[in-house]
Amino acid sequence: MLLEAAGIKKVFGKLTALDGAALTVGENEFHGLIGPNGSGKSTLMKCIAGAEVPTQGKVSFVNTDITAFTPTERARAGMSLKFQITSVLPTLTLYDNILLALQAQSSLFDLVFSRTRGALHDQVMTMLTQFRLADRAFDAAAALSHGQQQWLEIAMALAGKPKLLLLDEPTGGMSLEERRVTGELLQPIKKHCSLVIVEHDLDFIRDICDRLTVLDQGKVLASGTVSEIQANKSVQEIYLRRA
Amino acid sequence: MPKAMGAVKQTIPAEIGGDMDAAVGSSGTAAKAAAGRKVLPIVEGVVLVAALLAPLVLQDYLTVFATRVIILALFALSFDLVWGYAGIMSFGQALFFGSAGYGVALLARDLDITNIFLVLPAGTLIGLTFALLLGGFLLLGRHPSSVIFVSLGTLTGSYAADRLARGWYYLGGQNGIPSIAPMSLGGYEFSEGPAFYYLVLGILVVVYLLCRFLVRSQFGLALAGLRENEQRIAFFGYKAQHLKAIIFAIGGAIAGLAGSLYAFHEGFVWPNMVGVVVSTQVVLYVLFGGSGTLIGAVIGAVIVEGVSFWLSDNYRDIWPIILGLLLLLVILFRPLGLISFVLGERERVGSFGVKIKETRNAP
Repeated sequence: MLLEAAGIKKVFGKLTALDGAALTVGENEFHGLIGPNGSGKSTLMKCIAGAEVPTQGKVSFVNTDITAFTPTERARAGMSLKFQITSVLPTLTLYDNILLALQAQSSLFDLVFSRTRGALHDQVMTMLTQFRLADRAFDAAAALSHGQQQWLEIAMALAGKPKLLLLDEPTGGMSLEERRVTGELLQPIKKHCSLVIVEHDLDFIRDICDRLTVLDQGKVLASGTVSEIQANKSVQEIYLRRA
Repeated sequence: MPKAMGAVKQTIPAEIGGDMDAAVGSSGTAAKAAAGRKVLPIVEGVVLVAALLAPLVLQDYLTVFATRVIILALFALSFDLVWGYAGIMSFGQALFFGSAGYGVALLARDLDITNIFLVLPAGTLIGLTFALLLGGFLLLGRHPSSVIFVSLGTLTGSYAADRLARGWYYLGGQNGIPSIAPMSLGGYEFSEGPAFYYLVLGILVVVYLLCRFLVRSQFGLALAGLRENEQRIAFFGYKAQHLKAIIFAIGGAIAGLAGSLYAFHEGFVWPNMVGVVVSTQVVLYVLFGGSGTLIGAVIGAVIVEGVSFWLSDNYRDIWPIILGLLLLLVILFRPLGLISFVLGERERVGSFGVKIKETRNAP
């Protein structure tokens, strides 16, 4: 298994956000993480990404226990994250945003003497083309629409060729058309990367994911293929209850 | 006519290469970018020419003053790297400036070492060492340290050094170390005046160019990421704390170089030089001139010192109040400093990728 999180408990003061949650993701698998508001999806993502340290439990990635790894160490192990709130660097050009992501593991010597600058050019343009942003390469990222900023950020998260990408609400605030395109943009990465995706748009999740994990009140309610989850009575119940 | 224009557009190739003359964007923005791109070199050129000519037109006592200002501009560069480029709030930059000053003063007093090729490297090394020690402690935790921790830590360091210098007899206590022998090169002694001025200006230009190289390299791009969103770049796999410690150390080294020049130029060192007052002064230079641009730091030092000099001559009693008001006005209305009157945001941040000579066919 690529990623195994087991028995994750996270307590904030008196609030128990996660109570023994678990998540298992295989290689080249698109895994959707769903559940009602407050079920602990984002917190579980943060515990996996290293933005939060779980109170209890263990996260292992490519057979290494990474529970205590810093975000930098996780990134260097091959894990990448797109934040829920877009955090592209607004004053830099799109080109430089991607370059910044690509050169993250370059040596200090290479950085100071700009030794990889020319070599990374093609990769930068490939990423920008793949995410349909090439014609705006030299605009400041702040000038992009919200949807385009999300794509830029996905492109940045993928730039370092991670084994696992964590996407927290990638289609938040997007139009229907932008959502459809986002799905299209994500499909080709399956060849080399797994995906964990937190999303409110269930149609979107159903279209691109192989497996789903449903959280409710910090616990796993169900986990399985999309059709198994759709047939699951208790899952239907919590979504009906919410509706 | 439109047909002809279309044909012209199509014949312009999209050429990608290592050309330095970048013209980017579709026709309208290209013109703007090309025009905007020129501001910074022009400002730098004007400042350099003015600095080269200054001793020729200034009276002797003003050349001495101008030398002091150039040294302080060098000091301002060090703080600008640390704060303007890496976003590290160092309220104790004078610690490195002053400790190097004390260091070279002791070399001259106790060991008779005044050779320029010994004392300047020694001062730089002292600044570097202190910055490595303090920076290592404040910045190199396993998890990123908070802004408050770093700013209070540097402030405390500077304050403690000030108290230490005041109380330590070996360092001359309250009076500091007076009448330091002049810096020498063989039989020649650098005393106040045009020779010292051009020496200091030469050093400033060299350090400036090195800093310029650094902040425009891919390392500079990493610094831009660091100051805008440290957490984000850590998630890319950058060792953000290491980057900060490195730039902090470089800043310390430059402050040390400036401090050793200052000690020899003034001929004495005193506790204020390591303390909070001078630490704050350098913050003001950079705020006033424009943080995040190297030339802004230089201009800030020149203007703050120049205005103080003029005000203290003409408004003997109330000049600090006038200066304070001026600074407040700039910070309120021009948070990016005086340089932002002529310099746009895009040019200030700059571009880091392969320079591309590209004329895109506008749709």
